[in-house]
Amino acid sequence: MATTEETTTEQPVGFGRMRRKEDPRFVRGQGRYVDDVQLPGMLHGAVLRSPYAHARIVSIDTTAAKQHPKVHAVVTGEDLAGLNLAWMPTLSADVQAVLAIDKVRFQGQEVAFVVADDRYSARDAVELIQVEYDPLPAVVDARKALDADAPVIRDEPGSERTSNHIFDWEAGDRAETDRVFADSEVVVTQDMIYPRCHPAPMETCGSVADFDKVTGKLTLWTTSQAPHAHRTLYALVAGLPEHKIRVISPDIGGGFGNKVPIYPGYVCSIVGSILTGKPVKWMEDRSENLMSTGFARDYVMKGSIAAGRDGKIRGLRVDVIADHGAFNSTAQPTKYPAGFFHIFTGSYDLEAAHCKVTGVYTNKAPGGVAYRCSFRVTEAVYLVERMVDMLAAELNMDPAELRLKNFIRPEQFPYKNKTGWTYDSGDYETAMRMALEMADYEGLRREQAEKRARGELMGIGISFFTETVGAGPRKDMDIAGLGMNDGAELRIYPTGKAVLGISVQTQGQGHETTFAQIVAEELGIPPEDIEVVHGDTDLTPYGLGTYGSRSTPVSGAATAITARKVRDKARLIAAAMLEASPADLEWEKGRWFVKGDHAQGKTIQEIAFGAFTTADLPDDIESNLEAMSTYNPTNLTYPYGAYICVVDIDPGTGHVKVRRFIAVDDCGTRINPTIIEGQIQGGLAEGIGIALMEFIGFDENGNCLNGSFMDYLIPTSMEVPDLELGHTVTPSPHHPIGAKGVGESPTVGSPPAIVNAIIDALRPGGVTHIDMPCSPARVWAAMQGRAEPPA
Amino acid sequence: MQIDLTINGEPAGAEAEPRTLLVHFLRDTLGLTGTHWGCDTSNCGACCVLLDGEPVKSCTVLAAMADGHDVTTIEGLEKDGVLDPVQEGFIAEHGLQCGFCTPGMILTGRALLDQNPDPSEEEIREAISGQICRCTGYVNIVKAIRWAAEHESAPV
Repeated sequence: MATTEETTTEQPVGFGRMRRKEDPRFVRGQGRYVDDVQLPGMLHGAVLRSPYAHARIVSIDTTAAKQHPKVHAVVTGEDLAGLNLAWMPTLSADVQAVLAIDKVRFQGQEVAFVVADDRYSARDAVELIQVEYDPLPAVVDARKALDADAPVIRDEPGSERTSNHIFDWEAGDRAETDRVFADSEVVVTQDMIYPRCHPAPMETCGSVADFDKVTGKLTLWTTSQAPHAHRTLYALVAGLPEHKIRVISPDIGGGFGNKVPIYPGYVCSIVGSILTGKPVKWMEDRSENLMSTGFARDYVMKGSIAAGRDGKIRGLRVDVIADHGAFNSTAQPTKYPAGFFHIFTGSYDLEAAHCKVTGVYTNKAPGGVAYRCSFRVTEAVYLVERMVDMLAAELNMDPAELRLKNFIRPEQFPYKNKTGWTYDSGDYETAMRMALEMADYEGLRREQAEKRARGELMGIGISFFTETVGAGPRKDMDIAGLGMNDGAELRIYPTGKAVLGISVQTQGQGHETTFAQIVAEELGIPPEDIEVVHGDTDLTPYGLGTYGSRSTPVSGAATAITARKVRDKARLIAAAMLEASPADLEWEKGRWFVKGDHAQGKTIQEIAFGAFTTADLPDDIESNLEAMSTYNPTNLTYPYGAYICVVDIDPGTGHVKVRRFIAVDDCGTRINPTIIEGQIQGGLAEGIGIALMEFIGFDENGNCLNGSFMDYLIPTSMEVPDLELGHTVTPSPHHPIGAKGVGESPTVGSPPAIVNAIIDALRPGGVTHIDMPCSPARVWAAMQGRAEPPA
Repeated sequence: MQIDLTINGEPAGAEAEPRTLLVHFLRDTLGLTGTHWGCDTSNCGACCVLLDGEPVKSCTVLAAMADGHDVTTIEGLEKDGVLDPVQEGFIAEHGLQCGFCTPGMILTGRALLDQNPDPSEEEIREAISGQICRCTGYVNIVKAIRWAAEHESAPV
């Protein structure tokens, strides 16, 4: 159903549009990011990085660097080996070199760390370190990583690997899928690449480590999307007692998955502080960010779709080669090395499906983080939405009509798909029809026909996506062994003001506002009276952090449940204050009152005051108004949406202009529509970037070709059109407030809509597929009938 | 070398190496951390400040080049406890999320309105096209600057 959401200047006590509580500090430049942290006596670190993609380290000479007058310490891998810190565990049961000892395995890999008085002299000293390398052939193309003659990348001492193979993983029923394919009238197959791209948040990664020798306490300000998980991992890796580690993730300048892993630089800053006895700041530069920290995607896919001539989709299968770089540091739940890629059956009711993913090492930066995506859902949605469009072309059917014919129907929910997911709720047809209407789809097709007759290139692309977010149930998922649950702790003060501590960490999503609104909705305390504390492990309850659109589905649920616990306790206190039985009380937002006697009641603020002051409480009721909880989701949530993109292509240059973008999203219950719309707008811009320009490429020697913002292109205000948003509301039946999460929907759903639009424009010329990014050069090449082999 | 300049209307000065970039001089030497640093190549504009009223990327200006000049940073926009209309506009129209590009965007918006009090959407998009925002998709930034244009004479 569609709802109206009016804008008023009044601040709601609960859900609705309201100005963000965090904005007053940001518009004054008073945000406090990691690089803003200045401590007395603080030193600065810098990393020496490998110029080669693959080379044996013959020698490292740090003599001259150590003699630099402003240098306090120079650390190499050999030094770290003495502390048992040369290698650190990744989030995927592998290890990663903190500082390389035997070999370098990607260009930009960390080789040595310098601590100096200031950032300039630290960089000067890095230049004074002499490293002798013996270059080796590099594995660049993931498709050749398993060749018999491919050099073995991970042959470090202790490793028994004889190839670059990491894992094979399958989901679905291969035999049944083969049977359905053999029995189908139409089969369409396509090779496609979801290229390597990078989250590239505006703030790069960094940390300030302050180890206090006297108390033994380490305080680490760091760009982390998961401060609690990082604290535990530092404790396990470095052997520091966990209660003596405080991780503070202050204001974070965007994350998008890039700030989920632990990077060698963080570890080096900690080592630097322990060695020098002073705080050490390490802040990477943009090239270091793009060349060494968590990239995204890099899936080489062969997809096939099977259907009847009538357009009924019957089966889907895909084989993937997944490029994980030199260390398997992909951030995925342990059980799922390809993340949630097996949601690739999308929004359709199929008979059979099967996927196989093979992970390989290459001489490229490690990663495989989800760039604004829930664990490979993005790759899955791209695959199925391109395949459905190709099927529509093969059948000469309208792509909207083909989708409408095959959607999972509302009455089929909860819907169990063929690869193990149980979709919670949805009404796909309503969302699709709303998008078609907003776009004036028929009018667009008429316009396209007219333009084609004039030789103009206009394309209309559709994508319909279903995500699986809010990881996740403990029985099914963990990251590095840690259960994917999150907490909330709520304290109501005597004067009725509240402080909410949450385990998730905002990087711009507006948690300080949204989470206050959840409490406000449940308790009737105005959002401005609720302080939301996050990003400091000493002050907040445990949880796994913000990524995979999991903040509202997991910590948001914990917040609602915690607030309800407070409300339940408030009922007992109110009953005592009113000398009534709790059973005789009724709740209205912000107040318990006696049934049948509305005037006899106590507001939540009066109850809080009573609890801490002189209310005569029964012996079994403690004199506070506080609660906490940790939420273990029973299932994931399944937001979805219908996207339509209109492009114009310059026939002379191949330049693609996104003229219109229509996005209808259903994220269940909507807490703050303004914040939701902001999230969708931002994600659509990133989707436009991924489809048209964002790309991390390499030459045949493994040199990174897109290691700065000169080469890694990001959409500006000139490439992103005004965005047309709509929504439906289908609450999640198992979530306490029915919210599904929204932050990643637009990045997941938009790239296939854009590519489908480009192909739609070029189809009369015989173009059937172009791999992203659809740069003018690639589009031009495809128009000439020579689709450029992707780098 | 000694660098003396006017920052947000007040005289300021400090010693700095000749190679010091203005962005680092502002942040590390003077402690004005509202100016952010986001790339090394003049592409992102997170470091935008006004130099004699004109937006410049302070990662591409040597501190020495600002000697004797007038620099406005985000810290200087609020006057006597009253936000600049552009700052208000960013709050009113949800023109920011993580806040990292925001100071630079606000200063560019301020400079635009100083020269063109009634800019069109296209003119606003052109003005901010040298700066990157990763969060908003620019839609609400454009609206925020437009909001400011409409509220210049009547602050909220």
